Amino acid sequence: MTDTALPPKFDAESIMTEPDLTGRFGEFGGRFVPETLIPACQELDAGFRDAWTDPSFREEFATILRDYAGRPSLLTECFRLGEHLGLRVLMKREDLNHTGSHKINNVLGQAMLAKRMGKTRLVAETGAGQHGVASATAAALMGLECKVYMGEVDVERQALNVFRMRLLGAEVEAVQSGSRTLKDAVNEAMRDWVATVGNTHYCLGSVMGPHPYPWMVRQFHRVIGDEAREQCRALTGDDPDVVVACVGGGSNAIGIFSGFVDTRARLVGVEPAGGAAVARGVPGVVHGMRSYLMQDEYGQVEEAKSISAGLDYPGVGPEHSYLSSIGRAEYPNVTDDEVIEAFKLLSRIEGIIPALEPAHAIAWLVREAHTMRGQTVVLNLSGRGDKDVSQMMDVLTARGELA
Amino acid sequence: MTGRLEAHLREIRSAGRKALVPYITGGYPGWEDAIRAAAANGADAIEIGIPFSDPVMDGPVIQQASQAALESGTTPQSVLEAVPGLDVEIPLVVMTYYNLVHHDGHRRFAHRMVEAGISGCILPDLPLEESEPWTRAADHEGIETVMLAAPTAPDERLPRIAARARGFLYSVGLLGVTGERDSLAASATALAARLKAITDVPVLVGVGVSNAQQAYEVSRVADGVIQGASVVRRLVESGPDAVGDYVAEVRRAIDS
Ligand SMILES: Cc1ncc(COP(=O)(O)O)c(C=O)c1O
Repeated sequence: MTDTALPPKFDAESIMTEPDLTGRFGEFGGRFVPETLIPACQELDAGFRDAWTDPSFREEFATILRDYAGRPSLLTECFRLGEHLGLRVLMKREDLNHTGSHKINNVLGQAMLAKRMGKTRLVAETGAGQHGVASATAAALMGLECKVYMGEVDVERQALNVFRMRLLGAEVEAVQSGSRTLKDAVNEAMRDWVATVGNTHYCLGSVMGPHPYPWMVRQFHRVIGDEAREQCRALTGDDPDVVVACVGGGSNAIGIFSGFVDTRARLVGVEPAGGAAVARGVPGVVHGMRSYLMQDEYGQVEEAKSISAGLDYPGVGPEHSYLSSIGRAEYPNVTDDEVIEAFKLLSRIEGIIPALEPAHAIAWLVREAHTMRGQTVVLNLSGRGDKDVSQMMDVLTARGELA
Repeated sequence: MTGRLEAHLREIRSAGRKALVPYITGGYPGWEDAIRAAAANGADAIEIGIPFSDPVMDGPVIQQASQAALESGTTPQSVLEAVPGLDVEIPLVVMTYYNLVHHDGHRRFAHRMVEAGISGCILPDLPLEESEPWTRAADHEGIETVMLAAPTAPDERLPRIAARARGFLYSVGLLGVTGERDSLAASATALAARLKAITDVPVLVGVGVSNAQQAYEVSRVADGVIQGASVVRRLVESGPDAVGDYVAEVRRAIDS
């Protein structure tokens, strides 16, 4: 495809429409990658447009989401939590998907697309390991080779997921450069892709990176929001007052926001205090995109630090920067201590052990509930806590909360 | 108007010689002496790396040198402020990543380079489509923006890249990041030949040109070579004198 051909527009009526021809949402996004990758990004853009407008691809995607990932995921009303907080809480249960998080939606879409484009190998970055596990799963399902880059620090924090990826037949490489967390895993995956672009698809795990990734990954995740909106209407007869999700790169949040952006609902993306790109960052360019980015006075990218490997990312997807800049969504942050309390609370009051990432959204809800009395809140429970229990056992033991 | 870097490289080509451009990581211990040693041993221009936290086009050797430089407190300003004191005659080119420019401001960063006596700039994560805000500032300040061309580019793309190139055209030698390889990729000479066929701008091959022999092979087709990881590894392992020796060795090879 040439750079100037006018592609068909999707969702033209929504605030969350397609980015412009340069891949921008407002002034955010773009395609800042080494020249070697430009043709691959263009090819992916064309390949995705072609697939997404092809009814047979859409049908196959819907089928695999249903029969393999287990969609639609439930919308569970959390009565006891609601009573505790003085409002109505509906949880979108992405934790019940196959592999235990929302990540599977995007990965199945990208793996199908990679196959359709003739690629035989996936590379992926991962933080908490959920995207790595999902990628390894999709690769196994579709007969693709898979290599996952994971920061050395995260390999230690998330040993269980490393083992799962290896069981699924993926190769896992511990990344030792930089801060040895998610951002460095992205760098390493990009370096791999630069060298292998002929047969390899970079299966990026969030709504970040160069165009078309932020848009494509959003489209693969919008099923979360589309389902939740229908489910919420069926259950309450109305749209919710508030929609809240955690934000690392922002894929689960953008997925649920896309179902509600054109309603009156307040949209809230919760970042960790130690990785608050929107609150603490300024516009910068890394990993192929222009977006809010935590950086020092010279423009060196700062390390994100939080209790949750999946949210330890100093940037944020460009569409979130855009939604923030136009005032459509807000991006508060919560501390590790608040997250630990929320993790315990949901476990005890609802019998649901959340992943540490969505525990950020719960923590915000707990803190702010007094300002929302009587309102209806849809919260995206993006993943389950199995992967985090050994880390939490250490944390709670150190705090003297476990015998 | 042709800038100093491009004029110099054209002159070398007219004289029937090949250009040799070593890369040194700014701020790494001994970097200034390494640049002096390279200049004294036959370098025609030098690329000075300004270290960035997330260098996606670099392999382990340059990554580690960059990280060491950053950890010892290197900043863009500290590198640029040291440049006038290098006291070398040949053109100097900054190679860094776009966020450092974006963060400082295009005009301000270009101006800092001019004040330091830098001739050109390479930003490997700023492709043609995104380059306009920077090239406008760079052109205005008189900084020559070197563009990269990669083996993956279709034919129709190359003339557009060449048209925007100032100083020289950086022909990426292989699919991959900086680092030494046992043998020269076939793509190194193939792309250089494709570029030579469509542009008059000097074409230099870099990334994956790892020793004197490979530099010789590339220089049979291209107007010159860039030596990155092989130079930085010598600086890291043995210090500035080893850089000088190596540059002299490559010089002899490409002049033969
Ligand atoms: C359960 C869960 N939620 C959220 C995230 C953060 O990603 P994103 O912000 O793209 O949804 C992760 C990442 O690993 C995750 O595992």
